[in-house]
Amino acid sequence: MDKLDQLEAKSVYILREAYRDFRSLCMLWSIGKDSTVLLWLARRAFFGHVPFPLVHIDTHFKIPEMISYRDNLAREWQLDMIYGENAQALAEGETFPAGKVDRLTCCRNLKRDALKHTLAGDWPRYRLDHTSGQYQLDPSREPYSGVIVGARADEEGSRSKERYFSPRDQANEWDVGDQPPELWNQFKTDFAPGTHVRIHPLLDWTELNVWEYIERERIPVVPLYFDQGKGQRYRSLGCWPCTQPVASTARSVAEIVAELRSGKFARVAERAGRAQDKEDGGGLETLRREGYM
Amino acid sequence: MAAEQAAREQMNVVVVGHVDHGKSTLIGRLLADTGALPEGKLEQIQEFCRRNARPFEYAFLLDALKDEQAQGITIDSARCFFRSAQRDYIIIDAPGHVEFLKNMVSGAARAEAALLVIDAHEGIRENSRRHGTMLSMLGVRQVVVLVNKMDLVGYDLGVFAAIEREYTAFLERVGLEPAGFVPICARDGVNISTRAPWYEGLTVLEQLDAFPKERGRAAQPFRLPVQDIYKFTAGGDERRIIAGTVETGTLALGDAVVAYPSGKRSAIRSIEAFNRPPQRQVAAGEATGFTLNEELYLRPGELLCRADDAPPAVSTRLRVNIFWMGKAPLRAGRPYKLKLAAARVAVQLAELRSVMDASDLSSSRGKTQVERHDVAECVLETAKPVAFDLASELPVTGRFVIVDNFEIAGGGIVLQALSDERRVLEAHVSQREAAWESGAVALHEREARQRHRAKLVVAIGPDEAALRELGCALERRLFDAGHAAYYLGLSNLERGIDAGVFDGFERRDERVRRLGELARILTASGQIVITVLPEADQADLETLRALNAPQQILTVQQSAARADALGLATDLVLDPGTALPARVQSIWSLLEDRQVLPDFVI
Repeated sequence: MDKLDQLEAKSVYILREAYRDFRSLCMLWSIGKDSTVLLWLARRAFFGHVPFPLVHIDTHFKIPEMISYRDNLAREWQLDMIYGENAQALAEGETFPAGKVDRLTCCRNLKRDALKHTLAGDWPRYRLDHTSGQYQLDPSREPYSGVIVGARADEEGSRSKERYFSPRDQANEWDVGDQPPELWNQFKTDFAPGTHVRIHPLLDWTELNVWEYIERERIPVVPLYFDQGKGQRYRSLGCWPCTQPVASTARSVAEIVAELRSGKFARVAERAGRAQDKEDGGGLETLRREGYM
Repeated sequence: MAAEQAAREQMNVVVVGHVDHGKSTLIGRLLADTGALPEGKLEQIQEFCRRNARPFEYAFLLDALKDEQAQGITIDSARCFFRSAQRDYIIIDAPGHVEFLKNMVSGAARAEAALLVIDAHEGIRENSRRHGTMLSMLGVRQVVVLVNKMDLVGYDLGVFAAIEREYTAFLERVGLEPAGFVPICARDGVNISTRAPWYEGLTVLEQLDAFPKERGRAAQPFRLPVQDIYKFTAGGDERRIIAGTVETGTLALGDAVVAYPSGKRSAIRSIEAFNRPPQRQVAAGEATGFTLNEELYLRPGELLCRADDAPPAVSTRLRVNIFWMGKAPLRAGRPYKLKLAAARVAVQLAELRSVMDASDLSSSRGKTQVERHDVAECVLETAKPVAFDLASELPVTGRFVIVDNFEIAGGGIVLQALSDERRVLEAHVSQREAAWESGAVALHEREARQRHRAKLVVAIGPDEAALRELGCALERRLFDAGHAAYYLGLSNLERGIDAGVFDGFERRDERVRRLGELARILTASGQIVITVLPEADQADLETLRALNAPQQILTVQQSAARADALGLATDLVLDPGTALPARVQSIWSLLEDRQVLPDFVI
């Protein structure tokens, strides 16, 4: 087994543990490359099936190609697709830059709060009806006790401390200083009522591993990752006001792999194009403790 | 080129040692020396130090979290990545503070090799020894000891040699032989990736590269802990797939397999995978799935083995070494959950043989419980038999964790399988019976009046609805004949005395225990108590038999199509093909044969 085989086997094991022990399980799908690899790994783990819903937090500031890609794939792979949103913040303009708040507050409103309440089931959830092809209000308000997330340890500092199975308390908070032990392949699959567990099958993967795997498995990704002729592409996908493309002429997965391996991005952090990381000297970590991814 | 790159080896390495002995500095230096730092990262940290008027340290590279920078210590295991010419590495930085031992253990448990750092000036400290002990317990065999801060002792190789002697002797006591000792100065990069002129041994990087990747797992007996059984019928998929990761050995199409502890046998019909060409064989490390020739009624948690390999041990009593991290101590009389390979089962501390302090190996024999950070040898007893190997023979299926109050509180390795007995259960029943508080009316008086003997009738089988129908029909027939019969609905227990017992496979053990205690009381009232336990296995029936004593139990199985598919020994096997009244009559006849029903009172 080579490195990708090993990474894959471990992720599949983690996904199966999660499916075995969590009755109310979902997977967060950000439409980006990482959580799309995660989705592919689920199909590998469950022999072509994805036996839990995929939850997307729609900020309504996502680059439009992301949403059409999401819905096309959901139809093609017959996914149980759900989205949630912060309708109030959007209606009241509590957003950036058009609205009246800064970047981090916008992230808090549209991502952290929307995620928290969508997972808890106390804000409306919309489910894709495969017969009509439309999203409909989901009658189920059951909270999710297990949430599968595509976080990687190499993304930025705080993520390098994550566990594969990481508990969140009743307030959705992550206690970095008091995490449960993980031994060998035994994880925290027991949880007190009212708490939930974030599950991180991609923790050991690097950005390069993700692209190598996409190349090997021929996984379809959003075309925004490739240069469309303007000499730029997105390296990391997010909301359009806060995510900038990088200068690059990579037009294919193979060219991206080459660029990451020894080219211009071999030593440049992936989230360099994300503005919110730079504010507050660690804004992402603050958000993370408060329950955002 | 691409395939070659992706095919590079990867190795997990943990860095351990006493607090402030220089673990993070070492890692920072390794990252810098191998060019693994993202562009701007070094500058960013240098800028941080300048703004905060602190001298730059490589350790800051890792201490990305705010509270760590404030306290200046590593509180959790952090991962980072670098590559040598040989392979890719994931480095796990483990904290040196004893309060964070569970984080150190989490880091070390996923490592294939360890760098253990000792400060040349301070020498061997409490956590140098504790971490050495833990590495041995966790099964990390590839260890290099780095004697750091050699500059503080003026590069005196006499100091280095003394530490090497003393620490080698300590590691010998915990059964660990280090691959080597390297004198280093992490801050100045001495002997990390380049060799100092006065030094002839391997550098840290060379030591790492010299470690072999763990091989040979494929040559060991086949072990696959059954993680789950999938049948995704909603998607029109009729395959019944046994899923799990091969821990050791290999398996090919057609191989005869045995599942333990149930002992059920079958053979491999197909190896299943999504988006892969057909496969004839799987080997250690692969997360796989397959279908069997016979549709066995397997449960998640069984250990699947090849019929021609050495079988695992199956027992309820395990002699083990454990280390404890729980806030509450491990003590007898309290139920815990054991997770071993894919099995989850209720477990109790049956016997405490010795407790040791992991930092100096001093033993305190008088202890009656295992405190946080203690290492102990003890006997565990599970609520039902579990399949495992001895850690000395097959480490991956010979280790376990113990869950207390939703948290992994301890870990350990199996030293020996003891005889398969239920001593904790037997001791409980005999103590309970010795103190039993009886009323004014003896059971035999009730039985004489009711014209039958008290009895617990348990019906088991895969079809819950059919079992319920059978149980109620039996109750009706007994009642109509004038007997005191009562159908005990399991769902009433779930909403009643079992409320608060959380869902999950392992909770079944607790449910069965409560059912057994309740049956003991109900049968003491002279009734024939009828209940159904759809998913029961042999151990459940034995638990009920023991707990219901001194009253007797009658077990009935109503199988689906295949009478032997459950593979359980019961007093009666009903043919589901026959009509309900005929099945009730079979039980009735057996109750007569066993003299539960008269005849016996004329």
